[in-house]
Amino acid sequence: MSATGTAAAPPDRILAAGPPGPVISGSRRERTSSWPLADRLGYWLCWVAGVGICLIALGIMVFMFVKGLSYLKLKLFVENPAPEALQAKSGGFLDPIIGTLIVAALGTAIAAPLGVAVATWLTEYRRPSWLARAVESAIEVIAGTPSVVLALFGLLIFSQGFLAFLSQRAANGNVYGRSFFAAGAVMAVLALPLIVASTREALLALPGRLREASYALGRTRATTIRRVLLPSVRPGIATGTVLGMGRIIGDTAIIKILLGVALLNEGVGHIPILSVLRGTGATLTTFVFENSPAGEGNAPQKAYAAAFVLMVMVLLLNALVTWLTTRSGGQRERRTRTWLAARMSGTRG
Amino acid sequence: MDPLMPPPVRRIAVDREPTVAPPRPAANGATPGPASATTRSRSTRLAPGLVRERMRVEGLWLAYGENWVVRDVSLSVRQGEVLAMIGASGSGKTTLLRSLNRLTEVTAGAARSGTITIDAQDIHELEVNELRRRVTMVFQQPNPFPMSIFDNVAYALAERPGRGRRRRRTPELERAVGEALHRAGLYDEVGGDLDRSALRLSGGQQQRLCIARALAAEPEVLLLDEPCSALDPISTATIEDLIVDLRESVAIVIVTHNLQQAFRVADHVAFMHLGELVEYGSSEQVFDRPAKQRTRDYISGAFG
Repeated sequence: MSATGTAAAPPDRILAAGPPGPVISGSRRERTSSWPLADRLGYWLCWVAGVGICLIALGIMVFMFVKGLSYLKLKLFVENPAPEALQAKSGGFLDPIIGTLIVAALGTAIAAPLGVAVATWLTEYRRPSWLARAVESAIEVIAGTPSVVLALFGLLIFSQGFLAFLSQRAANGNVYGRSFFAAGAVMAVLALPLIVASTREALLALPGRLREASYALGRTRATTIRRVLLPSVRPGIATGTVLGMGRIIGDTAIIKILLGVALLNEGVGHIPILSVLRGTGATLTTFVFENSPAGEGNAPQKAYAAAFVLMVMVLLLNALVTWLTTRSGGQRERRTRTWLAARMSGTRG
Repeated sequence: MDPLMPPPVRRIAVDREPTVAPPRPAANGATPGPASATTRSRSTRLAPGLVRERMRVEGLWLAYGENWVVRDVSLSVRQGEVLAMIGASGSGKTTLLRSLNRLTEVTAGAARSGTITIDAQDIHELEVNELRRRVTMVFQQPNPFPMSIFDNVAYALAERPGRGRRRRRTPELERAVGEALHRAGLYDEVGGDLDRSALRLSGGQQQRLCIARALAAEPEVLLLDEPCSALDPISTATIEDLIVDLRESVAIVIVTHNLQQAFRVADHVAFMHLGELVEYGSSEQVFDRPAKQRTRDYISGAFG
C-alpha cells in the first residue's frame, strides 16, 4: 500500500492518460481522383452494382413481409385447401406444408447417405481412376441439369410397370408414376451434387497426417474413414445436406410433374404411412404457383402468405448453414459454402 | 579430405581440421537444454542380455518415382536399444523409417528392392495392418484424432482380431487405456478427465498422447519421426526420458535433426547422407570416433 502510494503516478493513471502526442486513428484515405477515367468508371459501376443487389434483396424482403404478413393467418396453417372460387372459402395450406416436409425429408434421406458414400469413394479410394473421373463428370452433368428435365426423366422411370408399387395404377392399367416416392427420389438427385461437393471439400481439407496417423496404428482404410474421417467432416456433411434440403424445398418443376396436380394430399391404399407416400399431393411451391394470378386457383392472398412461409423456411435453412459452417470456423469451408450457394441458385428450376 | 569421396552437395573447407568433440548441450548455445536438466548426458546402456534384434534391413533401396532416395542400406533394430537416424534433410532417413511399417506404400509411385524382416519374417509377407500394429509410428507434428483423450488411445486398441469388438467402455478397455497413458507419462497430467477433447491438450501433451496411442497397440517396434521438433525444450526433455525408459520393452527408432538429442537418447546411430548409410555403429563410436570424414563433418556442424 505504502509502496504504491509513494510512486509518482499510479500505473492506471498513466494508462488512462494515453500517449502524449495526438492520437492518429488513420491516415488520409486514397482518393480516386488520381485514377485514370476507366478505373474510376469501373469502380463506380462496382459500387452501383453492389448497392443495386442490396436494394433488390431489400425489396423482396419488404414486399414479401408486407404482403405475406398481412394475409398470413394462423388458420391457414391448419386448414386444408378447398376448391372454392371465393378466397375466403378456399381454405389454408396445411396439406402443402406437410407435402413440403415429406418431400424434403424423403429427398435428403435418400441423398445424404448416397452423397456421403460417393464423396468418400471419390476422395479416399478413386480406383480405377477412369471411373472416378467418370463419376465426377456424371455429378457435374446432374448438377447442371434443369430440374424440369430431371422431372421428365423421373416420370419416365416411375411410369414403368415394375415400379407401380411406388405410385398407383390407373383404370386402364397404365402406371401413374406420380407420388411422393417419385418426387422424393428425383429430389434426391437434385440434392445429391451439393452433398457430394460439400462432403468432398471437407474430406480434402483434412490433413493427410490424420490418415497416416490411423494407418500407422494398423487400422484399415475402412476403419479410418468410419471412425476418424467421417466424424471429422460432420459439419461439411451437414452443410451439404441442409443446402440440398433448401434446394428441394424451393423446387417447383419436379413437384408439378411428379406429385400430381391436386392441392390435397391423396393417399393410395390402406397402409397408413405407405399410402401417403404412394399418393399424390402438393407442396408450398405448387400451392404458390396454383394460387398466383398465373395459376388455376387465382387466390393471390393465399399465394403471398404461402410464399412468405416458404421464404422463411429457406432463410432459416440458410441461417442453419451459416451456423454450421462458422461453428467449425474453417475459412475453407466458408469459401465452399459461397461456392455451393452460387451453384444452388444458378440451377434452381 | 578423402579425395576419393568428394562431397556431392557442398564443398567443405579443408584448411582446418574440424573439431570432433561430442556436442554438449551446456556448451553449445544453438540448442539450449531445458533448465531443469542442464547436464543431461548420454543415457546408460542396458545390460547386453536385455538387448535382442527385432528388425533387420538388408540391401534396401527405395525410390519415389525415378529418384532412389535410399540406396543399399543394411542395419538392424534391436529391442533394449534406441536407434537414432541422423542426417541432413533429404538424406532419406524419414523414408527409411516409413518403409519399416510400409507407410511408404501410401505414397503413389513408391518402389523398393531389398528385404526388411521383423523377427525373421519378411514384412511384405505380413498383412499390412498386422505389421503396422506391430510397428507403430509417431509423427513430427502431433496428430491426435479429433475425439476425446480416451477414444484416441482406445482407437488403437479396439476391435483387434481375436479380442472381439469392443466399442463400449469395458473395465478391461479402461485399464488398457490407463496403462498406455501411464507408460507415456501422461496419465498423471490428464488422469482426472479422459473425456476432454484431445485437441485441447498442449503440444507436448498431444505428442505424448500420440506416443500413448502408439504404445497401446502393444507394438514390438516404435518409430519416431522427429517427435520433438515441434515442441519446447521441457516437453522435449520429458519425451526423451520417456524414450530411454521405453527401450526396454520396445525397440525404438528415432529420426532426428537434433544431434544433441541423438547423443542423449541413442545407443546406436545411423548417419545417412543422400540416401546412403554413411556410418552405422554404437553411439560412442559414431560420436566419439567417427570412421568417415563425412560423419565427422556432419556431427561437428560443418554442413547439414
